[in-house]
Amino acid sequence: MAGLELLSDQGYRLDGRKATEVRKVQARMGVFAQADGSAYLEQGNTKALAVVYGPHEMRGSRSRTLHDRAVINCQYSMATFSTAERKRRPHGDRKSTEMSLHLKQTFEAAVMTQLYPRSQIDIYVKILQSDGGNYSVCVNAATLAVIDAGIPMRDYVCACTVGFVDETPLADLCYAEESGGVSSLALALLPRGGQIALLQMDARLHQDHLEALIEAAMIACKGVSKVLDEVVRQHLQEVSMLTAE
Amino acid sequence: MLKSKTFVKKTRSGGVVKIVREHYLRDDIWCGSEACNECKQESTVLQKDACIESNLCSFPHYLVPDTNVVLHQIDVLEDPVIRNVIILQTVLQEVRHRSAPVYKRLKDVIHEKEKFFYTFTNEHHRETFIEREPGETANDRNDRAIRVAAKWYSQHLKSDKNGLQVVLLTNDQGNKNKAEESGLLVYRCEEYIKSLIANPELVDRLALSNDDKNEVTSSKVLYPEHLPLSKIQTGIKSGSFIQGTFRASRDNYLEATVFIQKEGDDSTEVLIQGLQHLNRAVHQDVVAVQLLPQNQWVAPSSVVLQDDGAAKDDSVEEGEEEKALRISAAEAARKPTGKVVGIIKRNWRPFCGMLNVSQIKESTRHLFTPADRRIPRIRIETRQASSLVGNRIMVAIDGWPKDSRYPNGHFVRSLGGAGEKETEEEVLLLEHDVPHQAFSQAVLSFLPKLPWAITKEDLAKREDLRQLTVCSVDPPGCTDIDDALHCRELENGNLEVGVHIADVSHFIRPGNALDKEAANRGTTVYMCGKRIDMVPELLSSNLCSLRSNVERFAFSCIWEMNHEAKILKTRFTKSVINSKASLTYAEAQMRIDDVNKNDDITKSLRGLNKLAKILKRGRIEKGALTLSSLEVRFHIDSETHDPIDLQTKELMETNSMVEEFMLLANISVAQKIYDEFSECALLRKHPAPPPSNYEILLKAAKSKNVEIHTDSAKALADSLDMARVDHFPYFNTLLRILATRCMMQAVYFCSGMDSDFHHYGLASSIYTHFTSPIRRYSDIIVHRLLAVAIGADSTYPDLMDKHKQSALCNNLNYRHKMAQYAQRASVAFHTQLFFKSRGIINEEGYVLFVRKNAIIVLIPKFGLEGTVFFDRKDKNNPNLVFDEEGPTPKVEQHTFHIFDKVKVTVSLDDTNIQHQKIRMALTDPVIPGVSVPPPDVEPQAKKPKLDR
Repeated sequence: MAGLELLSDQGYRLDGRKATEVRKVQARMGVFAQADGSAYLEQGNTKALAVVYGPHEMRGSRSRTLHDRAVINCQYSMATFSTAERKRRPHGDRKSTEMSLHLKQTFEAAVMTQLYPRSQIDIYVKILQSDGGNYSVCVNAATLAVIDAGIPMRDYVCACTVGFVDETPLADLCYAEESGGVSSLALALLPRGGQIALLQMDARLHQDHLEALIEAAMIACKGVSKVLDEVVRQHLQEVSMLTAE
Repeated sequence: MLKSKTFVKKTRSGGVVKIVREHYLRDDIWCGSEACNECKQESTVLQKDACIESNLCSFPHYLVPDTNVVLHQIDVLEDPVIRNVIILQTVLQEVRHRSAPVYKRLKDVIHEKEKFFYTFTNEHHRETFIEREPGETANDRNDRAIRVAAKWYSQHLKSDKNGLQVVLLTNDQGNKNKAEESGLLVYRCEEYIKSLIANPELVDRLALSNDDKNEVTSSKVLYPEHLPLSKIQTGIKSGSFIQGTFRASRDNYLEATVFIQKEGDDSTEVLIQGLQHLNRAVHQDVVAVQLLPQNQWVAPSSVVLQDDGAAKDDSVEEGEEEKALRISAAEAARKPTGKVVGIIKRNWRPFCGMLNVSQIKESTRHLFTPADRRIPRIRIETRQASSLVGNRIMVAIDGWPKDSRYPNGHFVRSLGGAGEKETEEEVLLLEHDVPHQAFSQAVLSFLPKLPWAITKEDLAKREDLRQLTVCSVDPPGCTDIDDALHCRELENGNLEVGVHIADVSHFIRPGNALDKEAANRGTTVYMCGKRIDMVPELLSSNLCSLRSNVERFAFSCIWEMNHEAKILKTRFTKSVINSKASLTYAEAQMRIDDVNKNDDITKSLRGLNKLAKILKRGRIEKGALTLSSLEVRFHIDSETHDPIDLQTKELMETNSMVEEFMLLANISVAQKIYDEFSECALLRKHPAPPPSNYEILLKAAKSKNVEIHTDSAKALADSLDMARVDHFPYFNTLLRILATRCMMQAVYFCSGMDSDFHHYGLASSIYTHFTSPIRRYSDIIVHRLLAVAIGADSTYPDLMDKHKQSALCNNLNYRHKMAQYAQRASVAFHTQLFFKSRGIINEEGYVLFVRKNAIIVLIPKFGLEGTVFFDRKDKNNPNLVFDEEGPTPKVEQHTFHIFDKVKVTVSLDDTNIQHQKIRMALTDPVIPGVSVPPPDVEPQAKKPKLDR
């Protein structure tokens, strides 16, 4: 009869989080040996795998070569088993092309491409399980993979979605919240400088609320960046212990 | 700050989709009790010494009701006596799913600070969350969750020195037993309420629950079982059942019709006859009906039947009355007849009415007769019957078992003595669904803080019009002044005319509680001597009211006109004004007429008056109708608030002057907002009536050899002007009154949802309401639209959503209609009070309508309409012949025509205290067996007593 109550009067969301709380983030770096860099990241129930190759020489059409910086090539895909309903997902459909483009733009802003002219960096991201916030999880996973590949970046790129319910911004929406008719916004941030790498929203939202929403997204992104930083440091420690032996 | 544990909850919904959701369990959810030292909460809700005096629990305690207790006993929980209650999240969610109205009431109670209701989020708490076990139903799981939470509380509060405890309230025996096993303090709701010392009246508010064993159950099953919803739905799909709204007949309690809304606007009716077929449906319920075979169809009976068997109970011999109904009707008159097979949605609300006390002295069960005749009588249980006799009370229906003649209900509250003014007014408001409670704290919190003053920032955003000679013209005693006017000559010889409307939308911001309340109320309701405000008084009578000699915010509409009243320029702006005078219509008229006066205000008024006359002429030429309806005004005694005199409202030139400019402003604004927002402008239309509506008017006019043309508004207006009969000056007014009755209702609508904008009565192609934002919510929306259009304010999503706008319009239309009915009822009630003190009066009147067995008489002096019946219950009926053509009834030797002048006596019929009415009896012409002798006593004789 009544729809879902996304935010209760007591300030709790469907899954027990408060409005500003991000889902639990867990990650591992260097999951594959053959790729130059790889990472696996879980944000709540959304799970993504990111793999990076490069920088290497341009492959395929050489005409795309840039003489002052590297080309970033992104490919986004979803596993057939990633959602509740099993569905074949062909390559190059509209949604994943768009997502690939967004990822590309995000990483062009973060990776120091001018260090590798005439070369190419490939970033492949696959969603293994989807529970909302696919874009942000991909960005976060890819960041770790790029770091694992040893490609210099200006900063971590951290992304997070924010929704707007009852005059309150909700950080890091899960699938139930995303499908509940909430206007949501995705933001990728370089947290240290506070620069925005990408801001994307395709819902209706009153202009007055935009600032509050971006503010909330930035805070959430900074929270994610702390977790990623910890993961990287942990990984380095493990690696250095191995090499010390 | 939070220690979260992730785990996965799986549910299967509908098909075979597996839903996986995360659930974070927290350990930072506090108990909300003042007595607790462990929780790190910032503020507490529940009191340390939670005392409700009870025989069962002598110690301080918190109540934990389960879902069914909340759903059924919300009337009890709302009582101020019940405080310190813990509402569990499980309960709140279940209530939300099961009943929206109860959910809203529960939330209101939770927000009330004085009630100390605390919501405990047990589903997210690490220690109180439980998982559904295999084989456990959702209901059992929720019951267990409630028990676990109650248990947690009792453990948690154990350390308290005062012996604070938690009491679980449940009506479910199984649940109670289990709770007792786990060592909880648990009571049935009835048990607990009955144990409360010093609040015996609460017991009456207890709703009768189904599992109440001491029910009067005659073994006889009176009604057929209702079908389950699933069967009804398949039935409707396959076409064997029809869904519709149940409307009981006002005159016959054994008859009802079901309105079936078909696609488009057309609707059909199905007749339902007899208790069995009515099958416990109550007026306004949504029901499923099954049509009977054609040979069982019947005609609606014209018999008036009232269910007045006071002594009758369940074992009633209904047979005779039902037989009386089934008098074989002519084949042609038969209508589709059906029976109710199931109820899709109950539409029960609390009903006003009076108690019929049971004959048995000690009995606690009594029948309740609602004021609305369409509602069946309700059986309630009360111990205070003797004190409720003669009072108006409110009763809510709890259920209608199939073996009970009447529905079961419970007492909600007493409104006061029947016949008393306050009580009757309250009844009027309740029965017309007029929201009239005092404004809640949440609403008041959005009012501006006093002392309020205009700041520099405000001034910077607005045009300063304080130097203009603005004045307002209103009826005497008006405190919510929402319009003011000015007129001055410009240097180029043209005139500048300004209409300044109170800027209510400045104070009421979209979406807050104040706005929602105003949107719900929709309109201010004017009762005789009382006003039910749409916005709190601080706004309506002070900050928004454009009183004289104070600075106020206004939304101004300013025209530049030439002396022929042709608009050269239109401009809208938010402004600050300072009204120089607030006048009454009479005062303004005197200033205009007084040739010696030549101050600025008077000059301005004369200018306005001159232009208004030109505008009016132009409007009438275009075909605007001048209709007539008698409005009465009571002179109310300042001490007793009883009406002492009655007077029809008088219209002056200044009335029409103000009206003319308001119309002009409304039309200008309508055009502007429609140009700017073609999809979501809120407009008002007045559809042209279908030709059949005019039949009565045409026939009536013909009887006096007057021709009326109804092809267009213009033709109608012209022919009404021409319609005059020598030696009968009142004829024209009567004709206009009749014409008014032919009209359709004007309604609000959203421009994106409709294509016909025409306003028939005003002969305008577009129209809206802009000029009374203090008393109409539609005007507030129009203000907001206009403000956005001129860039003075920002927009918000709901304003631009045509579906939401359209829903809002529906509510406004409903509220306006109900407000009108309530106002009419209030006038009728005051008329009754007036005649009660006057005794029998002999007056002259005109026949307005004729019926088969009656004439309807209008007395112009009082603006009063009444019915004179020819047939009577006790005596032999006079010889009646009705001529359909005229229509003219012939009684004995006398034939009545419309517009005949008659003399009648007027008196108050108070034989039925619940439905007092004005009775009229004929004195002239004298017809034996029908007319009564004129009263000998001069009514004046009674007057001294009144003057006191």
